[in-house]
Amino acid sequence: MPRVVVDVMLKPEILDPQGQAVANALPRLGVSDVSSVRIGRRIEIDFTGEPDLDRAREIADKLLANPVIEDYTVRLVTDDAVDAHP
Amino acid sequence: MTARVGVVTFPGSLDDGDAARAVRIAGAEAVRLWHGDADLHGVDAVVLPGGFSYGDYLRCGAIARFAPVMEAIIAAARDGLPVLGICNGFQILCEAHLLPGALTRNQHLHFRNRDQVLRVESAGTAWTNTFQPGQEILIPVKNGEGCYVADPRTLDELEAEGRVVARYVGGNPNGSQRDIAAITNAAGNVVGIMPHPEHAVEALTGPSLDGLGFFTSVLKHLTGVPA
Repeated sequence: MPRVVVDVMLKPEILDPQGQAVANALPRLGVSDVSSVRIGRRIEIDFTGEPDLDRAREIADKLLANPVIEDYTVRLVTDDAVDAHP
Repeated sequence: MTARVGVVTFPGSLDDGDAARAVRIAGAEAVRLWHGDADLHGVDAVVLPGGFSYGDYLRCGAIARFAPVMEAIIAAARDGLPVLGICNGFQILCEAHLLPGALTRNQHLHFRNRDQVLRVESAGTAWTNTFQPGQEILIPVKNGEGCYVADPRTLDELEAEGRVVARYVGGNPNGSQRDIAAITNAAGNVVGIMPHPEHAVEALTGPSLDGLGFFTSVLKHLTGVPA
């Protein structure tokens, strides 16, 4: 069954101190060519029946993201695609 | 008649006991409200206390906002019920869209715990009418996600309408925009404050008695006479 994936990110204009802290730690790994790190949240939703994207958008808008400070995207992925990161 | 002020307990609330004690010291009856109970038991005002409701999962206050008691409080607040949200309570009020903006991770990432000077900017709300505008008060601040943010238009609106209730003085503990420590809705019945007035009501435990003014204010608001 396809799965609904919601990605939530802080809006670009909102300071992400967590991402900054990670970026500031990178030089300790010897990494010096990263200019920015921003941290978000990925939520995977499995419906009991067919995935309902409209319902997923409603869930994202009302609960998963706070539209005052966050943007979100909702997409469908097949079982294969979930683990198939290149 | 004694005013009845409800204090909500969510799973993970920490300061509900202190909030109820502050209500009693101010001269009102504290009525404990349970998160799963949609009935407000006829209270005249409500305090949403500090803590970590639902473990701060997802975002602070995001899940508490959907508790049955909140549905009743949101409806009553729109009809004028005085509601004070302290710390986590402030976060819940923003998540419930009773107040604009949001509270995010402290800019420096550290949990900040200290006695904090605030300047009361608006004495026109149900919870600050016993203060003088411009009065400086000392109450504890303790938060990890107390950085108030809103878009510039919202911030300008808050300033223009006198809805910034209190600002940090002598150092901003969390990076809040425009040093905002407390705001109110357009009607002035809903106030959110990040520092903790309920911890400054007794000489034995608090740095001052300045916090008591928030609780006596709501009694004055309800009865029309100073408590």
